[in-house]
Amino acid sequence: MKESPGLHLKTYIFIFFIALFAPLGNVLLGKGMKTIGSARDWEPRELFHILMGILTSGYIWLGIACLLAFFIAYMLVLTWADYSYVQPASSFSYLVVAVLGLLLLGEKVNVLRWAGIAVICVGVFIVGHTHPRTTEKN
Amino acid sequence: MLEFIFLFFIVAAGTGGELCVSRAMKTLGEVHDFRPSALLQFVCRAARVGWMWIGIAFMTLAFFSLLAMLSMENVSFVVPITALSYAAGAIGATLFLREKISRQRWLGVLVVCIGVTLVWLSRR
Repeated sequence: MKESPGLHLKTYIFIFFIALFAPLGNVLLGKGMKTIGSARDWEPRELFHILMGILTSGYIWLGIACLLAFFIAYMLVLTWADYSYVQPASSFSYLVVAVLGLLLLGEKVNVLRWAGIAVICVGVFIVGHTHPRTTEKN
Repeated sequence: MLEFIFLFFIVAAGTGGELCVSRAMKTLGEVHDFRPSALLQFVCRAARVGWMWIGIAFMTLAFFSLLAMLSMENVSFVVPITALSYAAGAIGATLFLREKISRQRWLGVLVVCIGVTLVWLSRR
């Protein structure tokens, strides 16, 4: 593949979008669900009420839009960049989701949770640095 | 207890869905033509593969389980523990797609599991 001058910049911009949109989408879904509330009795009527709340919640739709934007950015970047290069970038999204949860939703994140998230990021990074294709090509 | 059930659905149904879609995509072959008309044709072909629909059904279940979990717990707790999908994915890919998982990848999966355990313990 020929490397165009702006390829690196384009890749970094897309990876930035990937690492931002997925956590932002999840944070918006979280905000939406906290507003709607959780089921208590799990009765059909209550579940229907919650489902209606989900379908009419602006936060939920905005969250879905962010996740779709993430998905499109992810698919697009994979058309020119290697999976093993892009995938580790998604490990940062676990860190970003905690930062956004803290800043936007005022969630309390304790030291143990930060440590756990850091370990997960390292783990995902290791997984991403392995060869993406393990089966023989047909 | 409910958290365990939803976590199971998020991880198992989410990963199961991805594996089904992955299996469907492998029967369709690699995409070379990215023109809109060719992509539309590809989507139409994909819609005729049974595994694709099973995958979508699983993914829908996983999505609503995620919403249920988010209604009960903080997002900084829920999203990191769903990283358990890496373990489910590695196991599923070995059993279901006959992929060979390298030692390094298993090491990564083990590290992810340790991280998930720490996040789970951070709850209380």
